[in-house]
Amino acid sequence: MLLVALAMLLWAGGWALNVALANGAARDAAATRLAVPLIFGLTILGMWELIVRGLDVPTVILPPPSQIAETFSNSVPLLWGDFVQTIVKGGLSGYAMGCAAAFLTALAMDRSDWLKRGLLPLGNFMAALPIVGTAPILVMWFGFGWQSKAAVVVLMVYFPMLVNTVAGLSQTTAMQRDLMHTYAATWGQTLWRLRLPAALPFVFNGLKICTTLALIGAIVAEFFGSPTLGLGFRISTSIGQLDLGMVWSAIVVAALSGTLFYGLVALIENRLTFWHSATRGAG
Amino acid sequence: MTTLHTNAPALRARAPMPSWLKSVIAFLGVLMALLVIWYGAVVPMNVQETLTRAERAGAEVSPPTAVERRDMGNWALVVRNTTLLGESWSLDRPRLPAPHQVAVELYDSVIDEELNGRRGLVRSGSLSKRGLLYHTLVTLNATMVGFLIGTGLGILLAIGIVHSRVMDMSVMPWAIVSQTIPIVALAPMIIVVLYSIGIQGLLPKAVISAYLSFFPVVVGMVKGLRSPDGMQMDLMKTYNAPTQSVLWKLRLPASVPYLFASLKIAIAASLVGAIVGELPVQKGGLGARMLAGSYYGQTTQIWAALFVAAALAAVLVGLFALIEHVTLRRMGLRPPKTRQGV
Repeated sequence: MLLVALAMLLWAGGWALNVALANGAARDAAATRLAVPLIFGLTILGMWELIVRGLDVPTVILPPPSQIAETFSNSVPLLWGDFVQTIVKGGLSGYAMGCAAAFLTALAMDRSDWLKRGLLPLGNFMAALPIVGTAPILVMWFGFGWQSKAAVVVLMVYFPMLVNTVAGLSQTTAMQRDLMHTYAATWGQTLWRLRLPAALPFVFNGLKICTTLALIGAIVAEFFGSPTLGLGFRISTSIGQLDLGMVWSAIVVAALSGTLFYGLVALIENRLTFWHSATRGAG
Repeated sequence: MTTLHTNAPALRARAPMPSWLKSVIAFLGVLMALLVIWYGAVVPMNVQETLTRAERAGAEVSPPTAVERRDMGNWALVVRNTTLLGESWSLDRPRLPAPHQVAVELYDSVIDEELNGRRGLVRSGSLSKRGLLYHTLVTLNATMVGFLIGTGLGILLAIGIVHSRVMDMSVMPWAIVSQTIPIVALAPMIIVVLYSIGIQGLLPKAVISAYLSFFPVVVGMVKGLRSPDGMQMDLMKTYNAPTQSVLWKLRLPASVPYLFASLKIAIAASLVGAIVGELPVQKGGLGARMLAGSYYGQTTQIWAALFVAAALAAVLVGLFALIEHVTLRRMGLRPPKTRQGV
């Protein structure tokens, strides 16, 4: 009980500190903006540890963070193998292929009005569907290796990326296009100098949504069959063994890589769309 | 040349094709092309199985043994055995079923099973467990319960975030970060852990659905509740309006377009959550149906379940789009110009 009381005390302390920081003199400083969520996260972690230990929660239900950290540090090589299999081979390759294919399709749709009218409703429709459901079929076709995971990822990222790119390519105003026309610019020149830059915020929005979708596709596809490594495999088998420490470690890897992947794309976006109001406003 | 000249005025006189007709024709064209590609793809995808059956039936297949055939490309086999491919579209367990096979399976498991099956709706008074309607309802229940929990909590948290600076600063970054995490990875663990403490059935799946639909709603609603501009907020201030009235009379109405944009994302995410949540436990639902199909090689069954899931998603999203349209029109609002997100 003492530990649970300590947890409550920690919560009160952490929250009071945050209240003081958020309403204090340095409320808008960059350091405060970083510190407040960090303190919040650490408080939660501390409470988790204390409550799990205090109430003797069985580790097969919820292991304390310290145990997860221990399992994590003991199995770094194993988790690295899973990371390479799922994220790099399955996720990233599928992400690159799917996004590139969607981008090229969007360009083709831009050139042909018929194609656009035919494909866009289909793309909008498909983008909302539970495409994860194709995983069992694709695993059956492409085998248990990373190829089937990449195929699932391609399907998952294709339609959101397509819809966003098409929306982006229609972002220029008639005035701007007329100006390019008076310069006698070709379709390619107009695309490269006017419409692609104008489409970038939308393209990057698609790319950012797709980072998460890519990881989801790669992990869920492994639930349907995989070689003896991969994050999805690790999660499903470790649950079978009730090794919850390992399950949480795999989830930590998935979460970290998801955040890093997203952060990387967002960083590139910031570099390339420095002129856009959303970016300037944030800086 | 002369014919061209005489035709030209006639061409110009004809009325231009109306835009909607062009769209319909283009869409149907794309659908037809997809069907043609599908029927075409069935042949090379199923060629190994087709040739094995042809060989058993006594036909001369080139190359003659299954081992040699396995190492060959599918297209090469198609070219070398063009006369033996008749069965491609009617195999029992095809790698890729033909569209009409999926349609037949859909009819059998949705309509025929209920009308004529021993456990069907007509004979037993309840939906057959072997039919797809039963599984669709199981999934739909979990989806809706999860969706209601997730959006409810999401809206509450968003209201908290907008009104409390501490909550904004401490919770909002985590809400944004959590959107970059493949949350579905948690699904099997949530199911197993809840099962081990005695909770099973609908609730674990609904928890996953709720979790998936929660964050899009939080992020969208925070944006929506903050959408009234300075002028409007100042007006409320000159009325000396209490925080509560500002919330009910300004912030919540202003957030409705954002709410609907998030709801459409959340219901789709919710459905994905329910389907993935059904994978670890074989207790009914479209996800369970897909996994069972993949275990027993019943590809047509997977495809049928997939189409029903797609139809369900389309109906749910379409329903919310319709409610959005009607509500926004009656409120005199327009949907926000946000970037497309799914």
